[in-house]
Amino acid sequence: MINQLSWKVGGQQGEGIESTGEIFAIALNRLGYYLYGYRHFSSRIKGGHTNNKIRVSTTQVRSISDDLDILVAFDQETIDVNYKELHENGVIMADAKFEPKKPEDTKATLYAVPFTEIATELGTSLMKNMVAIGATSAVLDLDIQVFEEVVNEIFGKKGQQVVEKNMEAIKSGFEYMKKQLGSEATMQLEKADGNKRLFMIGNDAIAMGALAGGCRFMAAYPITPASEIMEYLIKRLPEVGGTVIQTEDEIAAATMAIGANYGGVRALTASAGPGLSLKMEAIGLSGITETPLVIVDTQRGGPSTGLPTKQEQSDLMAMIYGTHGEIPKIVMAPSTVQEAFYDTAEAFNLAEEYQCPVIVLSDLQLSLGKQTVEPLDFSKVEIRRGKLQTGELPELEAKGYFKRYEVTEDGVSPRTIPGTKNGIHHVTGVEHEETGKPSESAANRRAQMDKRFRKISNVQFNTPVHKNAPHEEADLLIVGFNSTRGAIEEAMGRLEQDGIKVNHAHVRLIHPFPVDEMLPLVQSAKKIAVIENNATGQLANILKMNVGQHEKIEKILKYDGNPFLPHEIHSKCKELF
Amino acid sequence: MATFKDFRNNVKPNWCPGCGDFSVQAAMQRAAANVGLEPEQLAVVSGIGCSGRISGYINSYGFHGIHGRSLPIAQGVKMANRDLTVIASGGDGDGFAIGMGHTIHAIRRNIDVTYIVMDNQIYGLTKGQTSPRSAAGFKTKSTPAGSIEQAISPMEMALTAGATFVAQSFSTDLKDLTALIEAGIKHKGFSLINVFSPCVTYNKVNTYDWFKENLTKLKDIEGYDSSSREMAMQTLMKHDGLVTGLIYQNTERPSYQELVNGYSETPLSQADLKLDQEYFDKLTAEFV
Repeated sequence: MINQLSWKVGGQQGEGIESTGEIFAIALNRLGYYLYGYRHFSSRIKGGHTNNKIRVSTTQVRSISDDLDILVAFDQETIDVNYKELHENGVIMADAKFEPKKPEDTKATLYAVPFTEIATELGTSLMKNMVAIGATSAVLDLDIQVFEEVVNEIFGKKGQQVVEKNMEAIKSGFEYMKKQLGSEATMQLEKADGNKRLFMIGNDAIAMGALAGGCRFMAAYPITPASEIMEYLIKRLPEVGGTVIQTEDEIAAATMAIGANYGGVRALTASAGPGLSLKMEAIGLSGITETPLVIVDTQRGGPSTGLPTKQEQSDLMAMIYGTHGEIPKIVMAPSTVQEAFYDTAEAFNLAEEYQCPVIVLSDLQLSLGKQTVEPLDFSKVEIRRGKLQTGELPELEAKGYFKRYEVTEDGVSPRTIPGTKNGIHHVTGVEHEETGKPSESAANRRAQMDKRFRKISNVQFNTPVHKNAPHEEADLLIVGFNSTRGAIEEAMGRLEQDGIKVNHAHVRLIHPFPVDEMLPLVQSAKKIAVIENNATGQLANILKMNVGQHEKIEKILKYDGNPFLPHEIHSKCKELF
Repeated sequence: MATFKDFRNNVKPNWCPGCGDFSVQAAMQRAAANVGLEPEQLAVVSGIGCSGRISGYINSYGFHGIHGRSLPIAQGVKMANRDLTVIASGGDGDGFAIGMGHTIHAIRRNIDVTYIVMDNQIYGLTKGQTSPRSAAGFKTKSTPAGSIEQAISPMEMALTAGATFVAQSFSTDLKDLTALIEAGIKHKGFSLINVFSPCVTYNKVNTYDWFKENLTKLKDIEGYDSSSREMAMQTLMKHDGLVTGLIYQNTERPSYQELVNGYSETPLSQADLKLDQEYFDKLTAEFV
């Protein structure tokens, strides 16, 4: 019996590789297993190698596994590219159609299974994916009835006959493989707890968080890996009276979202690196006009078009400092799908409370990696609108304006939206005085700049740092952000087994940097390893800027487009001792 | 009921004496009063440049954004509050150079916003460079030997982009201009009004006298039918775009807001932001 398993299916893009993984994963999720998926894909629609790696476990996992138990291959390339991940008891099941060849330097066992042939005999070669699921079930000694519900949901619309054919394909694959295995040991999974959990990608959670957080309008432009956020809201916003506009470009998306927020609706825009570069001037406009704005940045490989379908965390500095000039800004970085939901909902509160742009930073692996998520607690979602004026306002003096930019103690000024009687004021990206009229006075400039920065001098955020710090004095503090959390957690466990005392801090509020939370952790550690998917160590540099202690801070970087594996973090951290 | 004086504020425009933009401002204030608006029911969104300052000179909600982006901002405001009257405005550089992409897409999207362009065929605030509306051969600081690029024909461009309301005016024709802005506000959908608004400081070619000599009023053309896109296009080509009046209006095509699936009848700015638990449960059920 095993308590976790790593399974990968690969082939040419456009062959249904994704749906094969999807059906397999949904069924196992419903049995109560925890899943974590990773899609390897390219920036093209048809052709090119693609694979879907799924980890199955009886406990929560938030990282890709180091190795592989089962590889399902629809072409030789899949074997050649991926076999090195297989451990020595690993199994390759490859379509007999292409006469698969096993590389010499692997001890894994290869089975040529007639996926296409069986499927064709049953009616259509399209069902070869189902045959592969059946064959996998044989290796896992899994009751194939678990797939019936999912197959029904997916193919039910096409009629009972299609459902039956697909189930037959699974059954045939199962029976064929059972015969091949004979008395060979199978990889039997321990029974899962049967609890109902969600199975979703980070982008689903971001979009759902926006909806729950009161977002009723989105303006966006399609881009990998952010488009799912827009697609989700296009489906759901009309149910609550709202809508999405697919704009002509990223600049329009950002400025339209600013216009909508100024108009009084909670509005969102979401993009990735290239889009964020185009939104920079608009972000400055939101900052100086103190118009709330929530922007999602799903980081991918940069710069320019870079590695558009690959993992990277290199937008950090751009998100903190981007736009010319200086503005108050909040940058948050959820590290799990659950956090992506709650943080995005909260971003809309912070945007209105602090009247500034709020960037929800994600990365490709968090945004697209499909994983098991504990049920979301809707009662935790609050709606807070800060100093938005909703009651009746005192009459203005003749020709007078409402003091939209009143200099206040906390820096936040009362805000009215168009349509509000006695709330008329001017808004401009030009420096302005308290009613919004342009002003070049030096004293006013100081007063307004100071007021704007006062707003974020004390940002209240629930959990600015996710801490797992069992040691008062640690040999090592590991610091990360976004999707590296799971790999760090696993590496931490192994380092502890090696006798190294490790604390872990995952930064969730990147800006303003949570110095008070981080400083004691840094001070009480002998060494600090900052784990990030970029080439220059941006988070490490931010840490140095904010807490000093440069001599203790080490950078562990990966920028080849792939997420960290637990063993990589483990071995790199060990090298520090 | 508000009068045009209620749309005046106490800010003195920083335009040069004699600038055409003063009349455009007056026409906007009159039109707003004539259609029965109260100042708080109007939002004026403007771009950057001399004319972009106009949102600060009208007593209404005003948003002075960034160069070339008045239209996406204005469309966002309108989507947030469909009960508001939203006017976008700016210069020919703002709308036909840096913001041209937004202009074309705002036209084809047809959200109910009125866009008033103050067209002076030159960049004024940066002290006299060529604009996409400058004629070939036009000498400026950036084209000392004369512009070698072709000028844009915004009215023809609007017609080909699927505009439902296209008009052109001259800043001195205050009465006609006011009437066109009123018609634009009342039009259900996007309305584009290009106004020849002479720059007295940097444009010594396209002067008040030049326009008086060269403009033809559409109402003086016998049988002109503003519901005919074909006639509109032919007339514009015949007169090299130098016509004033309502060029084209399509009253049959619904505005964007009328076509949006599920779009709330009450302004989104008044929406109840809290979902109910039952609906939230439906959302999560999709992922089980």
